[in-house]
Amino acid sequence: MSIRVRIERRLEVSPQTQILAILLSLFLSFVVIAVIFSFLGVEPLNAYRRIFLGGFGSIYGLSESITKAIPLLLAGAGLALSFKARVYNIGAEGQILMGAVVGGGIGLFLPNLPRSLLLPLMFLGGFLGGAVWGLIPAFLKTRFRVDEVLTSLMLVYIASDLVRYLVYGPWRGPEQRGFPYSSPFSLSAQLPHLGTTRIHYPTLILAILLAVTVYIMLFYTKFGYEIRVVGENPSAGRYAGMSVERVVLFVLVLSGGLAGLAGVGEVAGIHARLGPPEGISPGYGFTAIIVAWLARLNPLLTMISAFFMGGLLVGGDAIQTALNLPSATIFVFNGVILFFIIAAEYLTNYRIKVEAVR
Amino acid sequence: MSEVPAAVLMKGITKRFAGVVANSAVDLEVKKGEIHALLGENGAGKTTLMNILYGIYRPDEGEIYINGEKAHIHSPKDAIKLGIGMVHQQFRLVQTHTVVENVILGTGNGVTFNEEEVRQKIVELAQRYSLAINPDARIWQLSAGEQQRVEILKALYRGAKILILDEPTSMLTPLEIKELLQTLRRMTEEGNTIIFITHKLDEVTAVSHRVTILRQGKVTAVLETAKTHKTELANLMVGREVLFRLEKQPLERGAAVLRVEGLEALNDKGLVAVQDVTFSVYRGEILGIAGVAGNGQRELLEVIAGLRPANKGKIFIQDREATYASIRERIGMGLSYVPGERMTALVPNMSIAENMILKSYRKSPICKGLFIDRQVMLDLAKRLIQEYEVVTPGPDKPVKLLSGGNIQRALMARELSQEVDVLVVAYPTSGLDVGAIETIWKILLSQRSLGKATLLVSDDLEEILTLSDRVAVMHNGEIMGIVEAKEENIEKIGLMMAGALKIDREQWV
Repeated sequence: MSIRVRIERRLEVSPQTQILAILLSLFLSFVVIAVIFSFLGVEPLNAYRRIFLGGFGSIYGLSESITKAIPLLLAGAGLALSFKARVYNIGAEGQILMGAVVGGGIGLFLPNLPRSLLLPLMFLGGFLGGAVWGLIPAFLKTRFRVDEVLTSLMLVYIASDLVRYLVYGPWRGPEQRGFPYSSPFSLSAQLPHLGTTRIHYPTLILAILLAVTVYIMLFYTKFGYEIRVVGENPSAGRYAGMSVERVVLFVLVLSGGLAGLAGVGEVAGIHARLGPPEGISPGYGFTAIIVAWLARLNPLLTMISAFFMGGLLVGGDAIQTALNLPSATIFVFNGVILFFIIAAEYLTNYRIKVEAVR
Repeated sequence: MSEVPAAVLMKGITKRFAGVVANSAVDLEVKKGEIHALLGENGAGKTTLMNILYGIYRPDEGEIYINGEKAHIHSPKDAIKLGIGMVHQQFRLVQTHTVVENVILGTGNGVTFNEEEVRQKIVELAQRYSLAINPDARIWQLSAGEQQRVEILKALYRGAKILILDEPTSMLTPLEIKELLQTLRRMTEEGNTIIFITHKLDEVTAVSHRVTILRQGKVTAVLETAKTHKTELANLMVGREVLFRLEKQPLERGAAVLRVEGLEALNDKGLVAVQDVTFSVYRGEILGIAGVAGNGQRELLEVIAGLRPANKGKIFIQDREATYASIRERIGMGLSYVPGERMTALVPNMSIAENMILKSYRKSPICKGLFIDRQVMLDLAKRLIQEYEVVTPGPDKPVKLLSGGNIQRALMARELSQEVDVLVVAYPTSGLDVGAIETIWKILLSQRSLGKATLLVSDDLEEILTLSDRVAVMHNGEIMGIVEAKEENIEKIGLMMAGALKIDREQWV
């Protein structure tokens, strides 16, 4: 008598299987992270309780989770679109920063425009900043067949150093006494908040509207149809007279632009000035990759996954101080979750059977 | 003396997939040392049955006996232990590895192996069964026939006594087919048993001792090949009379709809694959292009479809020059292309309905403004599924779930539902069973009577002669001549295919 494990390909994947796969991958991530907590001398259940309470257990926690979900949603919805076309834009982090630079720059240098003009202008500029940062890998991919994974990632570091150069150099505010920050934005360059929270609601509304728009575009318009066809089978797309290049260009520019909007939201809604890149975006662009996959590349579901990951970030911050954990803990979290989600992607396409044989 | 137990005995095998019954209480008995043909249409359940025998699938019901003993086959490993080997339709070889490396892949438990010993054994096996192969060649350097020999060697090396071959001739040239059939006979002389999956009647009568016929997942007959004939086999396979002779109305030559002048094009390796090709296809006619596959037919069609640039020459559709037109413009001009590799024109993971609009999604009524009207799309798909008799549980099911014949029906349905003037079709029935071939042929002839111009590329001469009005023969990238599609021209066509005859252009019809 022995136990045998067999792998069979599934012909069809039901929605139930997909949901089960997500829940299972999250559960397994938590199991692995629990082991890590134990090594760090922290009681895992206690840590999870604190994370949950930190992110979702109070009005303040919830409001912070929503605040962090805003950039994750903007960037994540765009990435879902890009990944759906099998274009692997992993440089949303850099696109967020470029959005912050262009949008923030407009806010810095046109401080006296009326708010109703300045804020839209900043968002527009931020979109363009992020879009250009997506356009570069798109151009290199369509023209020279350079892998977008490499170029979009490398551009993160260029954007990051550009921000650093600006805030340490030409854009440093004279009143900052040597600290790497720009001057504060004028009031008309700052986003309003919901009550006493940090939720900059115009960006939140924009993010929700855009996630819905991206969803509708992807599944109900002819251009979304082209994106899905090209993503599933580029040769069929070419055969039908679709321009694969145009799809690549479009999804990289749009996902870059949406990430750029997130950058504007951060500087105009949270910091009210430009600062070092780690301050503007503590890895939102990378966490957004998880947001997209966790939503199984469905832009509507990114609303849920962004909120969930936002809560995890807030809860992670809470335990870092409360339990005296290293600040990298949350990145370990991210990595483990992404690992299991990608593994679940495999599991939903195959069936694993464990059986006893004689 | 007790009777020798059957090499393979499968009893009451039933297998269901997502609501579809692939095998229903199938019995199969294969005697030791025989070549047993498993005959059936595409989707009849032949491959499923053999995948069960080889341990890739588990049956939902039924029992398997190997050499009289009940067998529990849970994986190919179990099957191999029982002396069963399988050569799949799509070869499973590592392209960049050598023959030797591929043969030993997955055998043994150690980390190292004695390559010299293995090579010796492979050479011995190859000689014994006259499977000519260079053991040090890399797979990508080998032809389809040679790759198949590697697959057979792989099975023999693992000690297979019962060899399953899934549609072994579909990728081979006529000469290679002949060699394969000889090898199979040789193998049975050595006491091996062969199960041969096919839908080609010629091969059944040429090589098998007995034949089991499957239709829609059930066994319709088990016959001794010597005591049957092709007509009976065809009837048992499709369950109705097959009309191999189709009525074709005589042609009155209309206007030239597709014209090609002095066309030259390169293949993927940058070598000239099409040179100085000139012909016209007229309204209401089918121009067949005969030739051995790989003589520039594919490149020619891709240039016409706009997937490959022309080096020299001109293309006209309805008297408008299309040489530099984009694919989309050509579709707009009324050109439809059904490629030989069907999956390059379909999206396997998307639904049948979404595949049905691949050409028409830009236009009304499918497209309203920016949006795709899903209701119109579903209605269209339902209509086409019915009209072209595509067997599927529903229009929302992914195309990858369809069988080969249904995939081709769905593809033809989409292409012919467009406003088409010129139909360019490559290998429309390759890999299809008799029933599907007949439907596809009828569809093509009905397009002809509707006045459409069809360019048909095929390596099946019977298909070309049945359907075409004229036959152009392609050899080495050139048109060797164009003759009328008549039985008395067969010899000329054969000579041109072999490159032994070139007809002066003045004498082309």
